[in-house]
Amino acid sequence: MASRTIETLVGCFVAAGIGAVAFMALKVGGWDSLGKSESYVITAEFSNIGGLTAKAPVTLAGVAIGRVEDITINRDDYSALVAMRIDSRYDNLPEDTSASILTAGLLGAQYVGLEPGADDFYLEDGGKIQITQSAVVLEHLIGQMLFNQAGGG
Amino acid sequence: MHWLQALGRSAISSINGLGRATLFLVDLVACLGELRRRFAEVMAQLHNIGVLTLSIIVVAALFVGMVLGLQGYNTLVDFGAESSLGLAVALFLTRELGPVLSALLFAGRAGSALTAEIGLMKATQQLDAMEMMAVDPMRLVVVPRYVAGVVALPLLAAIFSVVGLFGGYIIGVGLLGVDSGTYWSSIKEGVDVFDDVFNGIIKSIVFGFVVTWIAVFQGYDATPTSAGVSRATTQTVVAASLAVLGLDYVLTALMFGKV
Repeated sequence: MASRTIETLVGCFVAAGIGAVAFMALKVGGWDSLGKSESYVITAEFSNIGGLTAKAPVTLAGVAIGRVEDITINRDDYSALVAMRIDSRYDNLPEDTSASILTAGLLGAQYVGLEPGADDFYLEDGGKIQITQSAVVLEHLIGQMLFNQAGGG
Repeated sequence: MHWLQALGRSAISSINGLGRATLFLVDLVACLGELRRRFAEVMAQLHNIGVLTLSIIVVAALFVGMVLGLQGYNTLVDFGAESSLGLAVALFLTRELGPVLSALLFAGRAGSALTAEIGLMKATQQLDAMEMMAVDPMRLVVVPRYVAGVVALPLLAAIFSVVGLFGGYIIGVGLLGVDSGTYWSSIKEGVDVFDDVFNGIIKSIVFGFVVTWIAVFQGYDATPTSAGVSRATTQTVVAASLAVLGLDYVLTALMFGKV
């Protein structure tokens, strides 16, 4: 085969390979959405986070606006401290915003839902959400129901 | 005591082989500096090793992606989690199947051809003839093939993963009715560019080094007879496949073990 044909074919091959790497990095890995946008971190304390994990989405009115970055235990009062990285486009969350841990579907993954308040001051980087609602743990719910039924009957 | 002696002999010969392979690699790396002068030869080998392997990679990837889509859907639908189909397919492909399966196919398609080619050159005394003409066969024959193999495999693995994703898409979205937007967004949400994509690429680079090393060494080290070349070719496919699978476990434990 002529060397020009070979070189063209190799060129196509290398271009396709590099294109595939780029596709994986940008479209599959989601690098484009990570790199461009600025973000800030807010925290919230929950008495029980249920099955919440790092990387779970943080939503406002159902729209994902950030991710759970880190979950630790507060040594002083044994509550769970959840750090959330929020996209800087949404930097106008009022200070009295409340956070609750919700479940997608009946058995789906858990996520953090934010409910905006009415305060004039906005949460800033490192800010802390005061009003939180813990995850609903199915076992507690069933236990409570059984307890109520026993009391009623 | 016969079997003990045989055991000892085979242990010594395999250790000898490992030593020769290591020395061979050292020689090979020492010759890499003059690569610029061999550019045309590297091109020709990239065509042999990369472009001609592309068809088997694309076809295999398409079917693997389609099977992943089908199997993944049937498993996930039991948990009502079929919206995560894209994520499952993408993680399987980027972390494991892309690098590993393309390395196995590469060993079978390109590795065996490399061994047979170099082995036959040795058997027909072409390598000796080059040395007689003061041409180092290491530089002229081995190095361009090695470099081409190391460059080609990561590219093939990336193409494998991408084609596999579309295979999963065809089945998941086209046949089973997963939403097209959900398929791609679950992938984007769940796949991390460093943890998953780059680690997969690192895997395929390691496999490229090892598979091509085994292939060119087996050819260079083959007994210069037709039986010897045939044994070396078999040995390449067996050793390279086992090395890929074993290394894959080690790399996976290093990369994803702590999660």
